[in-house]
Amino acid sequence: MYSWIWRHLPGPVASKAVLALLLVAAVAALLLFVVFPWVEPRLPFNDVTVD
Amino acid sequence: MDDRTQPWDRVPELGGPPPRSRPPVPGASAPSAAEQPAADDATGDVVTERDRSWQSWGEAWSDDDGHEDWDDDAPRGRGFWRSAALGVGELLVTAGMVLLLFVVYEVYVTDFLTAQKQDELATELREQWADEPADARSLTQVELGDAFGVLRIPRLGEDYTRVILEGTEEKQLAQGPGHYVDSALPGEQGNLALAGHRVGKGSPFLELDTMRPGDPIVVETADSWFVYRMLGDPATGDVDADPSGIPGRQIVAPTDVQVVSPTPNAAASAAPTGAYLTLTTCHPRYSARQRMIIHARLDGGAISKAEFPDGPDALYES
Repeated sequence: MYSWIWRHLPGPVASKAVLALLLVAAVAALLLFVVFPWVEPRLPFNDVTVD
Repeated sequence: MDDRTQPWDRVPELGGPPPRSRPPVPGASAPSAAEQPAADDATGDVVTERDRSWQSWGEAWSDDDGHEDWDDDAPRGRGFWRSAALGVGELLVTAGMVLLLFVVYEVYVTDFLTAQKQDELATELREQWADEPADARSLTQVELGDAFGVLRIPRLGEDYTRVILEGTEEKQLAQGPGHYVDSALPGEQGNLALAGHRVGKGSPFLELDTMRPGDPIVVETADSWFVYRMLGDPATGDVDADPSGIPGRQIVAPTDVQVVSPTPNAAASAAPTGAYLTLTTCHPRYSARQRMIIHARLDGGAISKAEFPDGPDALYES
């Protein structure tokens, strides 16, 4: 998977590296600001109330 | 030498049969006959080289004990399993990284997001309090999700302030401590019950276990301060020694709803015996197996903010 991505990134190694870092940052941002906030309320370890 | 002659040799051969096994023709023209062996060599080289590369490729996939009898499909099949294993491995590593990132998110990033939200709420609340005419300020009705007060607990830090919101759904708790709907409002008879996160989301109640009997818990509303004090014996620090019989701190099961009853630990329908404040959070840290509960009782009455703009003396005791 990762080698496939690396092969398909355009340009020389430097540009591949920059693009790869950008990809990682984009995925991390997607997880942190979209996926995790959505997943979190569905997990059981955040209950602080008695009910 | 061969390399240099190769293109020249091959040009006349185009379209013709492969020269490889053609025996030398005695009657052929001199140049052609003279060049023939060179052409043979060149073609032969190319073929051998390709053969060798296929061979070594095959060897790479063959067993250690030197199986050479793989048919054409065998190396391809092995390659499939190899890339499948590689893919699964990469997926597992990726899943591990995502889980790590989730922990970072829970413990640090939510703190950051909640701090931002708290700042916004505090600014809004101050503006709202400043704009409203004094007689319109009443806490008789608070809408779900509204910020309506500020919690201060000097034991948890001199500058410990948290805007409290109405409601204990995750939506409110992600922004700050939440007020149990239908529990008492600040200063009222009954039990002012607040829930807050222990770890993450600003960790408002992370260090509730450091609180000692007699510690002030101050709630600020539009026009008043209310000072609650943690139950127990302030002299000995015994949380279970309160004359009322209500413990200052207790660990209970998540289903134990009586801790937020109008009189803590009494029946939910029983009439209140005083003005209490109850904080609930999860226990132990990083777990939701139990709940840690802090009980406090109102000390005195409402303190006018007009008289004490900087807060009651209880805020500056220590």
